[in-house]
Amino acid sequence: MTARRARPRHPGRSLLLTSALGLALAVVVVPFYWLAVGATHSSAEIFDSPPPLLPGGHLGENLATLRETADFGRVVLNSLGIALVYTLLAGTVCTLAGYGFATYRFRGREALFGLLMLGLVVPAQITLVPLFKMMAELHWLNTYQAVVAPNLALPFGIFLMRQSMAALPQELLDSGRMDGCGELRLLWRVALPPMRPALAALALFLFLYQWNDFVWPLIVLRDDSAFTIPVALASLQGLDETDYGAILAGTSLAAVPMAVVFLALQRHFVSGLLAGAVKE
Amino acid sequence: MTQVAAPAAGPAPAAAAPRPAVPRRRRRGRAAPYLFVLPALLLFAAFKLYPIGWSFLLSLHRTVGGAETFVGADNYLRLAEDPLLWTALRNTLVILVVQVPLMLALATGLAVALDSTLLRGRPVFRLGFFLPMVTGLVAYGIVFSVLLNKDYGLVNWVFGRFGADPVPWLTDPMWARISLGLALTWHYTGYNAVILLARLQTVPRELYDAVAVDGGGALSAFRHVTLPGLRPALLLTTVLSTIGTLQLFDEPYVLTGGGPDNATLTIGVYLYQNAFTYFDFGYASAIAYALTVLVGLLGLIQFRLLGEKP
Repeated sequence: MTARRARPRHPGRSLLLTSALGLALAVVVVPFYWLAVGATHSSAEIFDSPPPLLPGGHLGENLATLRETADFGRVVLNSLGIALVYTLLAGTVCTLAGYGFATYRFRGREALFGLLMLGLVVPAQITLVPLFKMMAELHWLNTYQAVVAPNLALPFGIFLMRQSMAALPQELLDSGRMDGCGELRLLWRVALPPMRPALAALALFLFLYQWNDFVWPLIVLRDDSAFTIPVALASLQGLDETDYGAILAGTSLAAVPMAVVFLALQRHFVSGLLAGAVKE
Repeated sequence: MTQVAAPAAGPAPAAAAPRPAVPRRRRRGRAAPYLFVLPALLLFAAFKLYPIGWSFLLSLHRTVGGAETFVGADNYLRLAEDPLLWTALRNTLVILVVQVPLMLALATGLAVALDSTLLRGRPVFRLGFFLPMVTGLVAYGIVFSVLLNKDYGLVNWVFGRFGADPVPWLTDPMWARISLGLALTWHYTGYNAVILLARLQTVPRELYDAVAVDGGGALSAFRHVTLPGLRPALLLTTVLSTIGTLQLFDEPYVLTGGGPDNATLTIGVYLYQNAFTYFDFGYASAIAYALTVLVGLLGLIQFRLLGEKP
């Protein structure tokens, strides 16, 4: 593949296409650059004319403001803890289900899987009100489990795992069984090791999903000491005198690490997503 | 995928240690698949199916000061006469009819470009265009609202360099709609392009060669090879985008709050306002059910139009 594509046949057209797409990419990436720059300026400088285009010297100040007005250290820890616990639990639930659906034939398999996939089609909003009431009755409002529990059986995650695990050769599992391996051990010892790229994709997806989730945490978290980053940022923006330097610093704090993690794991992420998205 | 059933059918290892393995293992083997899918099903039933049913009951009640009274179909009748709901529906459908096709056309072009042998440094491009998808909605809502600020925003400053008047991106109803469309396009085009690209790579190269042999140009290759090859992926991206648009909440909520003058009020935002600003859970649930019917109907229509079985 690479050999065939190594030498473009039309250098002129190649240059044209590459620069056109480069321009488009620049437009796409500008908000990221500007976000990082904005985080290092004071609110007044951000709204200067001309707007700042190079990093300034107010990052430390902005972070200090964040810590004072929004208890941002706590907020970051909340976000991290919630996202990690969610990734672990939802990852387990989705992996177990995906393995079950992909490698066994059992009565009701198609119907049960179809039922779970219904979750992709029914608008999330339909469950918001009853879920909120449920959380209130369980006295879970303002707790981390209220944020994490409702989305543990994430249909997309189950779908992703089933797609990937369908590629497991049945003979491999059978030979494990013949060696007297229990079903759970079989999953752990035989099925999961070759699934590492898919698991990385799932983990990244789940982490991103929870890290960025906004509406549900906004609804169940009322006390700002329990806030996650998106909720805290949105609440800062609602203040009378919005300190945009601080908000942009917080936004960078949320976005830049994710971008870096994504860049590091993107090979798995994109291919894993695609495995789930394109095959039928 | 040919799966061989009855895993115990093979010759059991009649090893030295005699094990009454076959019947026990078979029983365990029968329960195993259910045990694997059980956690997901239980959680799904508790936090999805149960609320969906509850939501329907709620939609038949009116909440006044925390107390609920049964009102039958009143909330559904109210839907028809609620001008704000119609505004929200119209706004949502405008996005669906204008922004989604533009974005998918853009994504198709992008996918073709990313697949082209003429493009240098393709991995960098694939990555870069996918990056916005990683950004949380609040984060990009905030960034866009500052970038698009009428008086101090970077975008208007750049426009001003070229002698243009400042554009009221977020404060004028029409421009607010355009801003919302731009933000959505920025966020999702790369994602759709990556899905299309993956499909494109399964199209056999020989088909392109055949078109070239027949004397067809790039345009005819696109029409006769690329587009038909992309059909399943286009269906998928269309349906996903439709579902996403109908439920659209985060972007308008963070970017414009549904304003100005309800120009960017979507069904999702209106539903949220009713539930969590006015605490009218009954009416909010009725809106949610109407929305579900709409999503289902549009999904079915799209499957029909594109000629696939749902």
